[in-house]
Amino acid sequence: MNPIIVLGSGLAGYTVIRELRKLDSELPITLVSRDSGDFYSKPTLSNAFAQKKDAAGLLQTAAAGMAQQLNFELLANTEVHSLQRSEKKLLTTNGVLEYHKLVLALGADPIRIPMQGNAATSALSVNDLSDYAQLRVALAQAKSVAIMGAGLIGCEFANDLALAGYQVSIIDPGSYPLASLMPEQAGRQLLEPLAKIGVTWHFGAAVQAIDTTPSGYALSLTGGTTLKADVVLSAVGLRPRIQLAREAGLTVNRGIVVNNQLCSSDESIFALGDCAEIEGAVRPFVLPIMHAGKTLARILRGEPTPLNFPSMPVVVKTPAHPVALLPVSQGASGSWQVLETGLGIKMGFFNEQQKLTGFVLTGQYSSERNDMLKKIATGTL
Amino acid sequence: MKVWQCVVCGFIYNEQEGLPGEGIKPGTAWADIPDSWACPDCGVAKSDFEMVEI
Repeated sequence: MNPIIVLGSGLAGYTVIRELRKLDSELPITLVSRDSGDFYSKPTLSNAFAQKKDAAGLLQTAAAGMAQQLNFELLANTEVHSLQRSEKKLLTTNGVLEYHKLVLALGADPIRIPMQGNAATSALSVNDLSDYAQLRVALAQAKSVAIMGAGLIGCEFANDLALAGYQVSIIDPGSYPLASLMPEQAGRQLLEPLAKIGVTWHFGAAVQAIDTTPSGYALSLTGGTTLKADVVLSAVGLRPRIQLAREAGLTVNRGIVVNNQLCSSDESIFALGDCAEIEGAVRPFVLPIMHAGKTLARILRGEPTPLNFPSMPVVVKTPAHPVALLPVSQGASGSWQVLETGLGIKMGFFNEQQKLTGFVLTGQYSSERNDMLKKIATGTL
Repeated sequence: MKVWQCVVCGFIYNEQEGLPGEGIKPGTAWADIPDSWACPDCGVAKSDFEMVEI
């Protein structure tokens, strides 16, 4: 029988393989990765600097070790040119591969905002371990960093780099941090604690141009302000990698469209992780990936298993003002209410039936996550 | 007393400090934490992902 082929060696790809091996030690599995396939923890990329960890220090297990441990065939540094679904074949830089079932765990690309200036493309994005290695090289001679985007990754990097001694500016067209995850009153809690460790906020502004000057980069912001920085980091969001799927005629939207069995519009092809749109939502966080990986392993073994996500909190690693939240889906009807304030804020989201369905805990309240999850289970405080 | 790190999210567990907020007393060895325990940062269960010693 042809193998199950997994495309992508991030957390999603490796979780599926690990879970499959728990159920079946023999099933043939091939992992195809466009990079080395080394295993590392991606969430640590945005908080490794203050811990003085370089890229090698973040690597957990080299690909060859993973292949041995989990008994799969590894095709590293391999690009896939096309997916020929009618013949269940992949054309790659390493030859033609035939699959029995295919798992797309392709991840997402950092969104790049087009801009002007002679250094318009100089902004770095950190989306994998080799990007992180590049960032460290760039920062070696730097004193100041400008970060575009005040979302989760932007805020985590700001905290990490400020702790490591850099002067950090954050530029965001919105009006407060973490705006896609929480209401303004909660997001604003981060302003002062991060300012105290040396972060300068620039809201309501976008970077229009980046130019080289004798003393680092000059960033021209909308509204006329100019900022100086030695390194520019772009953290404005991720776009699911859907090109391969689209070219093969699979149904795609924002991500590769899959049902609650993680199955795409082709019954032999599955998707999970940052590239997948599961029942209408892309969930680029650790918990949904782990959960989907476990479910998909069973499905690939031939046990139909509907994906049932539990309550999945998100942690923002900003030690200057830690945040834990249970996000609510965009457009959910209901309202955020303040439950407590102190050195931080505790807020709950109540739906139209007055049931508690989401929360944000910042600062001193961030450790109450488990307690709040119990309350979510009952729906009441 | 050892220090452990979650392979998925990088969360650090220090046996000496324990996790009093999670009901784990200071001085609790990693081996003595129940398998049902989950990483407080990423929720990964102990039985699913080994912590690595650092």
